[in-house]
Amino acid sequence: MAPQSGRLRVANLRSQLAGPFDLAIGEGECVAITGPSGSGKSLFLRMIADLDPNQGEVFLDGAERRSIPAPAWRRRVVYNAAEPGWWSESVLDHFRGATTTFARAMAPRLGLAPALLDGPVVRLSTGERQRLALIRALALDSPVLLLDEPTGALDEQSTKSVEAVLRERLAAGVTIAMVTHSPVQATRLGHRHLRMTDRHLVPA
Amino acid sequence: MNPILLTPVDLAIASVLIVLDGALSLVLRLGLHRQLAWAALRMVVQLVLIGFILRWVFAIASPLVTLAVVLVMVAIAGREVAARPEQRLGRFGNYAVGASAVAIATFLTAILALTTAIRPQPWYDPRYAIPLAGIILGNVLNGGSLALDSLLGGVVREQSAIEAQLALGASFSQAMRGLIRGSVRRALLPIINQMSAAGVVTLPGIMTGQILAGMDPLEAAKYQILLIFLLSGGSGLAAVAVVYLAAMRLTDDRQRLRIDRLTAKSKGSGP
Repeated sequence: MAPQSGRLRVANLRSQLAGPFDLAIGEGECVAITGPSGSGKSLFLRMIADLDPNQGEVFLDGAERRSIPAPAWRRRVVYNAAEPGWWSESVLDHFRGATTTFARAMAPRLGLAPALLDGPVVRLSTGERQRLALIRALALDSPVLLLDEPTGALDEQSTKSVEAVLRERLAAGVTIAMVTHSPVQATRLGHRHLRMTDRHLVPA
Repeated sequence: MNPILLTPVDLAIASVLIVLDGALSLVLRLGLHRQLAWAALRMVVQLVLIGFILRWVFAIASPLVTLAVVLVMVAIAGREVAARPEQRLGRFGNYAVGASAVAIATFLTAILALTTAIRPQPWYDPRYAIPLAGIILGNVLNGGSLALDSLLGGVVREQSAIEAQLALGASFSQAMRGLIRGSVRRALLPIINQMSAAGVVTLPGIMTGQILAGMDPLEAAKYQILLIFLLSGGSGLAAVAVVYLAAMRLTDDRQRLRIDRLTAKSKGSGP
């Protein structure tokens, strides 16, 4: 039986590569997923965002994914990759309209110099890219965030500032599923902690 | 205007130049003489053969035979477009994309030229239709294969950039826009080069041929201008058709990037 409650509800979600998965996450809840590399953590998040072919159902506030056009679904259930992609040379091209203002306000909070936004992507360090990609995803103001190792490339201080921002979002009711390699972070931020073993989810 | 007809003796004299190339290869130890002889022989046999075939096709002047000849040419060109890229679309996708794009571009431009500018009687007269289709096909092949190679290679190289856009709620066509634009652009560069060089750097082939065949240079130039317009139109159409047909095969009803439908070319396999 699939879970009945929760803002984000995953029922019998599976593909040839992973699953089946059943999971319900409530409003303002953070589920942390740990597990060895290649165990299917990213695949799971990508399937929820409907980026990879899959079967099964995912509901957001009771509405099944297939009843919503895919781009609109992905704007509400936002997947942020561990190694974010950049589609233009300039950093600013990755932000549109009002999200630019948001990015300028958010950058210093994550320890990023505001001037970075006006430069080229090639000049960014891995950690800077990771934080800017997170800002890009946060700017959509989506009810669900699927974060794939959001602090994987960050030092302790930056990790703390990212976690503070995520905690704010949780307090505002945002639902988060987060893949992390750090069990400490999983307990610090996650209300629940799940483990991916051999492409299946089990309680940690 | 009467072309100066060549006799076999004329060709035999010219073939001395190939023998000279062979001698050079021997003297300089290039190891090319065997290849050179074989390529020259192949060229002569192919061209004489096509001369006989065209003579026969022109003589019977049947629209069906003309269409069949053009379709064979389109199929061969489509195969070439499909074979160029390192990446292959599943289920003979490269071939389907290549052949349909080549067919669309060639038929549209050739029929436009035959019914408006050149207007032979009847418009499908093989003497005009076949050579015209042939020269358009050559360029369409170039444009189409460049566009396909650029698109498929780009999708693999820029997978994370495309998926980052999709993940933030972009539609597939938005996420592919830059790559599509770049691929069509790359396909159009050779024809732009050809146009800017025409007459200053090179005397284009058709014009040279017609001048040698006795046509007034200005008349030959007009023909060449018409043809270059057709070629650029054909290249553009082929590039756009290739890019959109291939892009359609790279996505699905949920606007995902289906990179799993691409496989890298394995040595010796067909398209």
